[in-house]
Amino acid sequence: MAAFEKLVRQYDRQVFRIANHIVQNREDAEDVVQDAFLKAYEKLDQFQGNSKFYTWLVRIAVNEALMRLRKRRTGRMVSIDEDVETEEGSMPRDLADWSPDPEAMYGQSEMADILRKTIQGLPPGFRVVFALRDVDGLSTEETAETLGLSIPAVKSRLLRARLQLRERLSRYFKKRDGSVSRGKQDGAK
Amino acid sequence: MTCTEFLAQLDEMLDQDAALPLRADLEEHLRECEHCEITLNTTRKTIQIYRSHELYELPDDLRERLHKAILAKCRKC
Repeated sequence: MAAFEKLVRQYDRQVFRIANHIVQNREDAEDVVQDAFLKAYEKLDQFQGNSKFYTWLVRIAVNEALMRLRKRRTGRMVSIDEDVETEEGSMPRDLADWSPDPEAMYGQSEMADILRKTIQGLPPGFRVVFALRDVDGLSTEETAETLGLSIPAVKSRLLRARLQLRERLSRYFKKRDGSVSRGKQDGAK
Repeated sequence: MTCTEFLAQLDEMLDQDAALPLRADLEEHLRECEHCEITLNTTRKTIQIYRSHELYELPDDLRERLHKAILAKCRKC
């Protein structure tokens, strides 16, 4: 039990983050963290050791999170493939350049709100690929294994997630004439 | 190289996975195309910004509560 507790402490933050990215609701994410670790504990003897423990755990957490989404949507099936057939993001439309230092345009909490709101607009199957690959730093192969997707599917979703996020963030970070910042507390630069 | 072809290889540029001959073609396109240069730079910035902000922090009190609940459930099984 002490060894398992160590694993909980090691990976709880990442599991909480991934759960939030999928369910977008803190209470549900808390439940997902609990259920995922419990399930991992119950199935510990099935862990083969030929993949990283973290990818195995995240796979359990992703499945728990998708089930939670399904419950919230009163039984409608939710899969990792939902809404991924959109054409949005396949070609950039907004090609205005960004301010040289977009992070200086907003305060810390305002920036976090913008980033959350922006990524929440993506389908769950894009959010989770982006979160695992670009935020958690998993490789394409590990992401594919974790999500049960092919490598080309991961690559295609990642590209479209990146482009959609870029496009959506452009409305906040675009260069403005005179470079007067809107949200920054301590004045314009 | 067209912009569509460049875009199809954008991840190779971002992840620096492109093999040498392809990388040279991509860089040549970049020198001539401001739109693709902006797309590459702002997409790179998008990734950096998301990587440097923790959007879903797990506060210490909630963390402790979750640990207790998880371990209590595990002990029962």
